[in-house]
Amino acid sequence: MDLITNLSLGFSVAFTPINLMYAFFGCVLGTLIGVLPGIGPVATIAMLLPATYALPPVSALIMLAGIYYGSQYGGSTTAILVNLPGESSSVVTCIDGYQMARKGRAGPALAAAGLGSFFAGSVGTLIIAAFAPPLTELAFKFGPAEYFALMVLGLIGAVVLASGSLLKAVGMIVLGLLLGLIGTDVNSGVARFSFDVPELTDGIGFVVIAMGVFGYGEIISNLSQPEHEREVFTAKVSGLFPTKQDFKDMAPAVLRGTALGSALGILPGGGALLSAFAAYTLEKKIKGRPGEVPFGQGNIRGVAAPESANNAGSQTSFIPLLTLGIPPNAVMALMVGAMTIHNIQPGPQVMTSNPELFWGLIASMWIGNAMLVILNLPLIGIWIKLLTIPYRLLFPAIVLFCAIGVYSTNNNTWDIWMVAIFGVIGYVFIKLGAEPAPLLLGFILGPMMEENLRRALLLSRGDWSVFVTRPLSAGLLAAGALLLVIVLLPAVKNKREEAFVED
Amino acid sequence: MNIKSQKDFFCGLMFMAVGGAFAWGASTYNVGTGARMGPGYFPLMLGVLLTVIGAAITFTALVVETEGGGKIGKIAWKPLIFVISANVVFGILLAGLPAIKFPAFGMIVAIYALTFIASMAEAGWKFKTTLILATVLAVGSYIAFVLALKLQFPVWPSFITG
Repeated sequence: MDLITNLSLGFSVAFTPINLMYAFFGCVLGTLIGVLPGIGPVATIAMLLPATYALPPVSALIMLAGIYYGSQYGGSTTAILVNLPGESSSVVTCIDGYQMARKGRAGPALAAAGLGSFFAGSVGTLIIAAFAPPLTELAFKFGPAEYFALMVLGLIGAVVLASGSLLKAVGMIVLGLLLGLIGTDVNSGVARFSFDVPELTDGIGFVVIAMGVFGYGEIISNLSQPEHEREVFTAKVSGLFPTKQDFKDMAPAVLRGTALGSALGILPGGGALLSAFAAYTLEKKIKGRPGEVPFGQGNIRGVAAPESANNAGSQTSFIPLLTLGIPPNAVMALMVGAMTIHNIQPGPQVMTSNPELFWGLIASMWIGNAMLVILNLPLIGIWIKLLTIPYRLLFPAIVLFCAIGVYSTNNNTWDIWMVAIFGVIGYVFIKLGAEPAPLLLGFILGPMMEENLRRALLLSRGDWSVFVTRPLSAGLLAAGALLLVIVLLPAVKNKREEAFVED
Repeated sequence: MNIKSQKDFFCGLMFMAVGGAFAWGASTYNVGTGARMGPGYFPLMLGVLLTVIGAAITFTALVVETEGGGKIGKIAWKPLIFVISANVVFGILLAGLPAIKFPAFGMIVAIYALTFIASMAEAGWKFKTTLILATVLAVGSYIAFVLALKLQFPVWPSFITG
């Protein structure tokens, strides 16, 4: 079996002491930022990107991936104990998780989230291992027209994912695409929109945008709100293990959440947040056993399903990145950046040209998930203590790490001035209710889209119909159109707005 | 005419301004044809698209009723100014400004300055706590970034190290 040989190659890479160490480090850091509200995986990964220069590429990617899925575990802890989503994908976990904590059942809730996440993470890893090779085969059939169509589909997916107005999200994508075009045009050598500033001919670094908008913008916005009254259920975490009845209730919910999360994660624009919302909605529709605690009052299924789904989704969202080189969400966009700084061009060729990296990363995800269960369940006490750190001690440290990280990308103060500008822009976005995640995705895809559009039209001698006459490309565009139509249907539109109200 | 949603109105205006600027800038480059695109083709397309989207958002903001008027609310000047200037001062102190012959003070001084300025963004900041925090961050950063990761930073003021 190919799968077995591939996975054994992966495990042989992932089980080296240095990679185990970085996986562990990533998981710890991921849990940490997951637990702490106000800092997310996007800002953290952006901050750490420069620090990974010195590492071997496999170790760097293993660590960054660990931060992403680790944050999904940590986010649930805060959601259950403090009723604050540590991560945006844990928003729905708050609803039933916090109610369970109030009834003195914080332990089973945490266990349901942890065990569900572990199961989902393992399944997600297996799915990547099984589906990546055939998808890679398919990717080799892709021409420029298909790639362009796929990116359009991906960007439409990102719009569906964004909360709030669809039109604004489209605007943010286009703005991101435009910002991505700043710098030297590869085909003609013309420095576009660079105002004769030498630093701008290389384009704007995406680390600068990510940190400015997601780091500084968020901090400023957080500081303008009065600090939340945090009611932490520290003393009440006793009896971690769920009862037999709990297991019976949560097992099917975990299975459903995993299936739904895995499917939604693969979709462009999908990922942890969408998966969690969808899983909770599905669980509410399914009738439980008679006499079950109603939803919203501490139903264990309302914790297990979304937590499994967000973990499965965060795992399978690696599939488009690893097979097609196309990031389905903002975190994956940063992973593209991480691969590029290590001179690895993301795309279908990664699996054949860097098999150690490809399978090592996949194997490390399973190891990381196993570490996370241990980190999050028996050691829960440590994380609870962290929740008592006030924000006023936290945010200067975040500002510092952003500044240091941004300086060390190029050892140049130019980036520090740029991140200041994007910090202000990020705050403006928040004030205007424009979500920045689609912007980052557009920014990464901008140059790729232009390149593929140019090539496609060059090959077709300027005939735009090439996008609809090639079956694969037509299919992808049709899927994109279908997605748009579905979202715009009144029934779905209302549901979508409802789902994001809790955001 | 009443603005029904302040947020959307200004967001639309922003898109229109930025889109227009990009489209105008793109038109100064060689645009070319579909088969042989010049450097201006794609940005011109996107710039026009963004302007149209912006116009549509502004229009809806004037027409469609929004709950609560989509108010932008107060601008948090204090955190905005302190956080951003903490960052800028950090940059100036870290590497200096060769243009005006401002010497580099290095990472340690820059960290203290950043921590203090950033902390002032919050109303209840205290000198002693901030001093402890800055010291912890300075020592931690020195160990993590300079000793462990071996990143190239000017650590001490240039007029001391020479």
